[in-house]
Amino acid sequence: MAAYETQGFKLDNSGKRVVVDPVCRIEGHLRVEVNLDANNVIRNAVSTGTMWRGLEVILKGRDPRDAWAFTERICGVCTGTHALTSVRAVEDALAIQIPENANTIRNLMQLNLYIHDHLVHFYHLHALDWVDVVSALKADPKATSTLAQSISSWPLSSPGYFRDIQNRLKKFVESGQLGPFMNGYWGSPAYKLPPEANLMAVAHYLEALDFQKEIVKVHTIFGGKNPHPNWLVGGVPCAINLEGTGAVGAINMERLNLVKSIIDRCTEFVEQVYIPDLLAIGSFYKGWLYGGGLSSKNLLSYGDIPQIANDYSAGNLLLPRGAIINGKLDEIHPVDLKDPEQIQEFVAHSWYKYPDETKGLHPFDGVTEPSFVLGPNTKGTKTNIKELDEGAKYSWIKAPRWRGHAMEVGCLPRMVLGYLQPKQYPEIHALVDGALKKLDVPVTALFSTLGRTAARGLETAYCVKLQSQQFDKLMTNLKAGDLNTANIAKWEPATWPKEAMGAGFTEAPRGALGHWIKIKDTKIDNYQCVVPTTWNGGPRDHKGQIGAFEASLMDTPVAKADEPLEILRTLHSFDPCLACSTHVMSPDGQEMTSVKVR
Amino acid sequence: MSKRILVLGIGNILWADEGFGVRCVEALHAGWSFPDNVTLMDGGTQGLYLLPYVQEADCLLVFDAVDYGDAPGALRQVTGDQVPRFMGAKKMSLHQTGFQEVLMAAELTGKLPAELVLLGVQAEELEDYGGSLRASVKAQMVPALNLALDWLERWGVEGRVRSDEAEAITDRALAIDVYEGQRPSADEACRLGDARFLTMAAA
Repeated sequence: MAAYETQGFKLDNSGKRVVVDPVCRIEGHLRVEVNLDANNVIRNAVSTGTMWRGLEVILKGRDPRDAWAFTERICGVCTGTHALTSVRAVEDALAIQIPENANTIRNLMQLNLYIHDHLVHFYHLHALDWVDVVSALKADPKATSTLAQSISSWPLSSPGYFRDIQNRLKKFVESGQLGPFMNGYWGSPAYKLPPEANLMAVAHYLEALDFQKEIVKVHTIFGGKNPHPNWLVGGVPCAINLEGTGAVGAINMERLNLVKSIIDRCTEFVEQVYIPDLLAIGSFYKGWLYGGGLSSKNLLSYGDIPQIANDYSAGNLLLPRGAIINGKLDEIHPVDLKDPEQIQEFVAHSWYKYPDETKGLHPFDGVTEPSFVLGPNTKGTKTNIKELDEGAKYSWIKAPRWRGHAMEVGCLPRMVLGYLQPKQYPEIHALVDGALKKLDVPVTALFSTLGRTAARGLETAYCVKLQSQQFDKLMTNLKAGDLNTANIAKWEPATWPKEAMGAGFTEAPRGALGHWIKIKDTKIDNYQCVVPTTWNGGPRDHKGQIGAFEASLMDTPVAKADEPLEILRTLHSFDPCLACSTHVMSPDGQEMTSVKVR
Repeated sequence: MSKRILVLGIGNILWADEGFGVRCVEALHAGWSFPDNVTLMDGGTQGLYLLPYVQEADCLLVFDAVDYGDAPGALRQVTGDQVPRFMGAKKMSLHQTGFQEVLMAAELTGKLPAELVLLGVQAEELEDYGGSLRASVKAQMVPALNLALDWLERWGVEGRVRSDEAEAITDRALAIDVYEGQRPSADEACRLGDARFLTMAAA
């Protein structure tokens, strides 16, 4: 690859190559290779991965009403959002209208998923990119208590509490193989927090671990079966009987009161722990404004959380829909999943074959024909690739484009789209504005790794508000006597047309998710999914345009080439989904990520 | 008070032998009924979502596919401290949260079940998306169920052989007979040796 310029980035792969390769079994394989210049600054980034492109094959010929159950198994984290997208695709194809209560309950489940996902992502994956756990051992518990009380009224903040946490942490760190935080880059100069902030964050890591399990009880209540909730084409599979008693059977007041109490506790935890932590940690990293990538240029969201059932137009969505291109923030383009000119997938640098690889294909016309050929500059073999040749095909992910543009999807696009539309989204605008003022940074600070991380937290704060609003809406409707939760008029395949096609969308916590279905003679004829990490993690296209992951790593300085904390930090900020759901138990805690400097 | 017992099947049914754990718990549920202090659960690949159920248990029995480097189809019984648990900090994604980490999280929060048993079978084939259990692995279901029933007896509960049909533990569309029966043929669906799923891991 000769050096070239694209989308405002200068790519040059002549420097030292660093390969970061998570050793993850089978399907979920995200690998990143970068070139560093003489000053250890990233001048070229290559993102490659395998995705579950076999799904369409498994679903072919099956009953469309069962598709959600399969898509729910794609991934253990995206369970609910895939199921929801799937039932929406079938409903769109068969023109099924769902009852108001079903829409509200789905919204509650989706918002609940957001809150859980964002919280767990922040504390249990991403925090360790910013928080040095080992440094927390050096903290003064009394000073930690003072710090905690200065930023929040959260009651667990006494010196004794932090001393206990520190002792527990010490025990774990000293216990060798049980050390929960092994494999970290502890002590790296890239960590900036004082020991007290580290200890406070560790305490909240543990609290969040305990609290997260409460959040998802909402899914159990509305979805029935644990831990894989039931979904239903035409509505939700839960009957409501306000007068009923006991915990079994229809949802009654007792169950709804439990939902309400969980919602209130979510609000408390997010407002008193998550947001103060986010702002406190953020204030120490204000100078680290790398990782923006495409975010200041091209942003995409499908939108979600329809306020009124069956109206999927942008004006009815409580999470914003729209596209921004070329950095023109004053122009928000409408997005249509079924317009063949808008969403297209390209394969010039993906291991698939198209008749003409300078053209993209809309998911309805998607072709998935493998072509696993390595470029001439590849180092290694097909089964042991040491260094990819990004001048040729180099990823199992296709390159999706919106009207030809590489786009970033996820929480940052959603919050930016909301911020830019204060009339429709006053709450988002106020949350973003408040955080910017508190951190004393300009709007452009959003377009960074830290901006993405902040957007996720602010979105969580927005979601807890929406969750309360949606719950009140549900109760109002139920009390008015509407207990309907499913429309089964078109349940029987005999009522379906001979052929039908539809698209379902959600905003998964990590970004725009679409399912496209074709039904023929009551069976699935074709099923295509374009998932968020396809958008963000996809490779280059025929024009050499880079995707969001690749762009986000560009021009970032790395403190130590063999400890690429900065790379993990930025990739983590996207909350990548690898569909990495195999759980084979092995006796050793194998290191999840290997780093090779070449 | 009787012990709270959780029997958990772990794994992804879409990846051939990865489905062993879920298929075992499904079969146990279909064949036997148990008193209220026993919960049988299809844990899938739910990671941290399973934490509350693990924390609430006094005794935990897990069925899973394992990689101990044994011969394909070898059955292993691992107990107590020998059951692997750890938490890695350098994960690329939250989606790498394995069951080991759920156990670690239970321990971190001081709520690890007092008794832990892992019944694992060495997988023969994982890289067959949409496929089901291989014969060598399927053959270990009955021995694994027998071991599980022994453990349950040791913990003071006896399963009663069902005479009626139980409500399926997994969605009916995913039940092993439907799942296997409706699979498109290899001709229709390019899959075995499908280059798309060749691992790129450094050997």
